[in-house]
Amino acid sequence: MNIIVCIKQVPDTTEVKINPATNTLVRDGVPSIMNPYDKHALETALTLKDKYHAKVSVLTMGPPQASEVIKEAITMGADEGILLSDRAFAGADTLATSQVLASAIRKVGNVDLIFCGKQAIDGDTAQVGPEIAEHLGIPQVTFAVQIEKNTDHLMIKREHEYGTETVQAKMPVLVTVTHADEDIRYGTIKNLLKAQRMQFPLWTVDKIEVDRNKIGLDGSPTQVAKIFTPKIIKSNSILIEEKNSEQAVAILMEKLKQANVIR
Amino acid sequence: MIKILSENCTGCGNCVAICPVGALKISDGTAVVQDNCTLCGACVSDCPFQAIVLERKEAAPKQDLSSYKDIWVIAELENNIPKDITYELIGKARELSAAAGEKTHVVVLGSITKEAESKLVSSGADNIYLVRERIFDVYNTENYTQAYCQLINEYKPNAILVGATINGRDFAPRVASRLATGLCADCTALGTVQDNAKLIEWTRPAFGGNIMATILSPNHRPQMGTVRPKVFKISTEPTENKASVTEVTVKIVADELVKHIGFNKITEKMENKIEEAPILCSFGRGVSDEKSIALIREFAEIVGGTISCSRAVVDAGILDHSKQVGQSGKSVGPRTYFAFGISGAVQHLAGISNADIVIAINKDPRAPIFQRADYGIVGDAKDILPELIKQFTNR
Repeated sequence: MNIIVCIKQVPDTTEVKINPATNTLVRDGVPSIMNPYDKHALETALTLKDKYHAKVSVLTMGPPQASEVIKEAITMGADEGILLSDRAFAGADTLATSQVLASAIRKVGNVDLIFCGKQAIDGDTAQVGPEIAEHLGIPQVTFAVQIEKNTDHLMIKREHEYGTETVQAKMPVLVTVTHADEDIRYGTIKNLLKAQRMQFPLWTVDKIEVDRNKIGLDGSPTQVAKIFTPKIIKSNSILIEEKNSEQAVAILMEKLKQANVIR
Repeated sequence: MIKILSENCTGCGNCVAICPVGALKISDGTAVVQDNCTLCGACVSDCPFQAIVLERKEAAPKQDLSSYKDIWVIAELENNIPKDITYELIGKARELSAAAGEKTHVVVLGSITKEAESKLVSSGADNIYLVRERIFDVYNTENYTQAYCQLINEYKPNAILVGATINGRDFAPRVASRLATGLCADCTALGTVQDNAKLIEWTRPAFGGNIMATILSPNHRPQMGTVRPKVFKISTEPTENKASVTEVTVKIVADELVKHIGFNKITEKMENKIEEAPILCSFGRGVSDEKSIALIREFAEIVGGTISCSRAVVDAGILDHSKQVGQSGKSVGPRTYFAFGISGAVQHLAGISNADIVIAINKDPRAPIFQRADYGIVGDAKDILPELIKQFTNR
């Protein structure tokens, strides 16, 4: 079984802060990480590999330093990695991104199963996975939380608003993952050494068959018109700094009564 | 390509601050773009001196844009009744379509109850496309995609609003990809461009909720977006406008690759759904030990609240992701939001922007949650909770 996992290097958005004085982003010291949902996708693939001897390849599109997440994936147990990097890919929205990834997957060929994280924490769109599946003309199952393989199909539990839905899917299929069934594994020293020695193929736009009008900035139907920082700050906050808990809560109750929040 | 017009650039550094990837720097009094620029365009609109331009090959639209008109709302049924999000979207679609002097249509796939149908007729929409075929009673990505694409190709809507629900976010990218059009995910505000009422401005949080981006899809139709539930209020204004009901049929090749087997619903009461709950008692990683959770549950019981949490609590496997508030979890809109030991990362705050009153308890007086909170107590939630329980019980 051949599995491809699409992964993305993202800034750890939970570490980004807003400078309240200037209302701008404070990026200093924000680490670049493998998108957490992609890690769940990778773990899901590796769990299948452990059971069924699959070959797991990871695919990432990004600047040259995105090869760091390929190394991390190899350290966790992936077999191969491919880096898609070219200025021609820059400025892509989800549709243009999915064109490049789909072309690369076609070039790899003979793929039974494609995993993506449910969404990336920098964009939070959850669109690239389904768009890849559409380009490849294969079915998709999104927001998976559990996957089991039977002879020729998968039983997948997908996250639903209030519980889970179980679907049965024939391969090849693209699955986006919300949560791996198993805890995410740590890398091994052996794999770490392998990752450090390994040379990853770098695929530029010339290495894949793709319509250049459909990629990058020019191939993106959506355009960013404006970016601004959200206003989340209230001017009339009441902060109680009373040390004695009983007193502090009493003050809160009084304030809530005054404001008619409670009667 | 991104270009700095050196004759306009004053080296003010505004763009350096806004760039989400840190690709701009000031060198010799002028802005310089570095290699890690992703061409996102954030700096362009932000430059006070119009010194930054993003050059595109402005490909002429392949479609005749003027043949696309009206706004569609894709209804999502649960037990043959449209979910609230459908009505939330209808209200917004009416505003947007009115601005362009156009109409609002609702598209319903599958069986809808008589009662729900007449409610939909009085919802303010102008027309309802009903596809009554039973095959659509069970959600299937491919079947739904085929149906929507057929209807879109036939009737050519200018814009389509889809609820950013589990299934909405499943088929919308599939439809957009099949039609090779733009799709804006998980929007929290919608408007129209000032001098072109047919061009929709889709606004959404990005970068973990740290920034908001307004997106356009100028050369592709239909314009599409998914919209987060609970960000628009259902219109309560009475309307005399009765929608026409247009029964339509579609021809699809039924999907045999993905089969629905069943649902495993957590049988919870309505008030346990965090996005519906009027009162939420939410907690962070710091107070997620058993004893604290027991206190929070006890408090929740007293105030009639529902339990929710931050992302760290879900990541630690303590609560299910259906209880997660925030950018990558759920947007909530309770009357009262209690935040115990939640520091208030921007991605969390993005999820509570519609909360009426936020009451926060946190040890750190500098925690960002206090900037959003209406009321805050600086202190350890573990000490404050027993007092809250006592004083709320005795009030």
